[in-house]
Amino acid sequence: MPIVSLSQIAAARSGDKGEGSNVGVLAKSDAAYAFLKEALTREAVAAHMSGINRGAVRRYEADNLRLLNFLLEDSLGGGGSASLLTDAQGKTHGLALLRMELDVPEEILSELES
Amino acid sequence: MPENKIVRIANGQGFWGDSILGPIRLVEEGPLDYLTLDYLAEVTMSIMQKLKGRDPNKGYATDFVSLLDRILPTLVEKDIKVVANAGGVNPQACMEAVLEVMRSHGLEGEKVAIVEGDDILDGIDGLMSSGEEFLNMDTGAPLSSVRERVTSANVYLGAFPIAEALATGARIVITGRGTDPGLVLGPMIHEFGWQPGDDDLLAAGTVAGHIVECGAQCTGGNYTDWRSVPDLARVGYPIIEAEADGSFVITKHEGTGGAVNIDTVCHQLAYEMGDPAAYLTPDVIADFTSFKIEQDGPDRVRVSGVKGAPATSLYKVSMSYSDGWKSVGELTISGPDALEKARLCAAIVWERLAMDGCEYPEEERLEEYVGAGVCHRGIPGAETDAPPEVILRMGVKGPDKAKVSRFGPELVPLVTSGPPGVTGFAGGRPKAAEIIGFWPSLVTKDKIQTTVSVLTA
Repeated sequence: MPIVSLSQIAAARSGDKGEGSNVGVLAKSDAAYAFLKEALTREAVAAHMSGINRGAVRRYEADNLRLLNFLLEDSLGGGGSASLLTDAQGKTHGLALLRMELDVPEEILSELES
Repeated sequence: MPENKIVRIANGQGFWGDSILGPIRLVEEGPLDYLTLDYLAEVTMSIMQKLKGRDPNKGYATDFVSLLDRILPTLVEKDIKVVANAGGVNPQACMEAVLEVMRSHGLEGEKVAIVEGDDILDGIDGLMSSGEEFLNMDTGAPLSSVRERVTSANVYLGAFPIAEALATGARIVITGRGTDPGLVLGPMIHEFGWQPGDDDLLAAGTVAGHIVECGAQCTGGNYTDWRSVPDLARVGYPIIEAEADGSFVITKHEGTGGAVNIDTVCHQLAYEMGDPAAYLTPDVIADFTSFKIEQDGPDRVRVSGVKGAPATSLYKVSMSYSDGWKSVGELTISGPDALEKARLCAAIVWERLAMDGCEYPEEERLEEYVGAGVCHRGIPGAETDAPPEVILRMGVKGPDKAKVSRFGPELVPLVTSGPPGVTGFAGGRPKAAEIIGFWPSLVTKDKIQTTVSVLTA
């Protein structure tokens, strides 16, 4: 299976939730969603985002939207106006997650290309 | 009510600071029944309480009044109604200002209504003695730890008071703090006669409200596949075509820029989402996993089959409190060796401050090297050791204003007493700014009285 970045098979949006952020990952096809439901675990996201998030990670699914939603509980350096960070609202965390590299089955990629 | 009645509700303002062109073009460039505008963030309420403390006629979003001055004649001509949370902590003063603008346009006879009851700053102690604890929802801590530093306290009201205000025949409805989706759900309740307990319908209006509440974020703004979005400069702000059965279409005016497709809408559905199966509002618990979403022609997305569950007996309360001070500043450092020189600059600043008795613990200070990989820190492939130039961004925070203030004056001297190539100090010395903390809690609904008042220009 080729190793590609998550951005090849999914899109994302992120924003602030209190002292943390949420990252919604939107799969680009039904097959990509089925694959990501298995592959994009809470643990994998926590490890990839460990430079950004110091807290726990929670994970939710919405099949109708092909959405996996991750809550990064301590990712804003305090959150709100207490944060000193440039990205105090986690606006860029979605793109950070899309940089993750994954072993993706060939047929998922070829379906998306066609 | 005709069976196929469609009500067009647009949101022209995603936050205080959003482009004034959004609402202006919404009312001018196509058909519309309602324009909603969101001006309030949590930090805004605290700022507005301070403004009101200094001047009893302030404490609301003055941008709203400037906007109305530009669009009121069109609103009347096309019979568009406006629902805005521009009242902040002083809806009365906002109403007076709006009435004044109406009269200046010769629009005597037009009505303005306000919704009040969300501001409980003066009622906290009374509510506490009646048994309300206001425990912090995130930490469980008691309010007593910050009580004397609380600067604003507002209940997130729901959509029914907005519907009540629209029933007075008001052209403009002004609220204080309420839920963002409520601005959209209120007109639907009013138009379709939805009732408390119509949980699927209230949930549908809530989903619609969530999709449009950040303006252009559902019509192609902040979208991963940004190259595919045409003409973002002229991006169309979102319009809901609502129907009585709760189904709705998200669209935008013909000829505007941006894009409305399943993907742009799903991006916004994911925004600031917690548990998608339980989206809590004072009106209903909406299930974002329940509905069907489909393309319904170019730049049209239809949502149907939304399910909801009964709301809880509690309102969410947002309090703000004074939580110390912070100061942040930046300098630009050119190459060669930009990052190495920037690191030296940061070390010099901390050392000079320490020489003068100001040491900041790790968690109360920050240094960032913007350009070398700040937003995506720690992500493989997202950082570099060799940027051609960097912005050194440094900051401190803490409870001691004098110590926080001491930081700023040590940044700019690096221009002449650091390594070569230090510039970009045009902003001058960074100054200490107050940190506003937030205290999320709950209050029993029965103890909050909402009122609707209406006046005629």
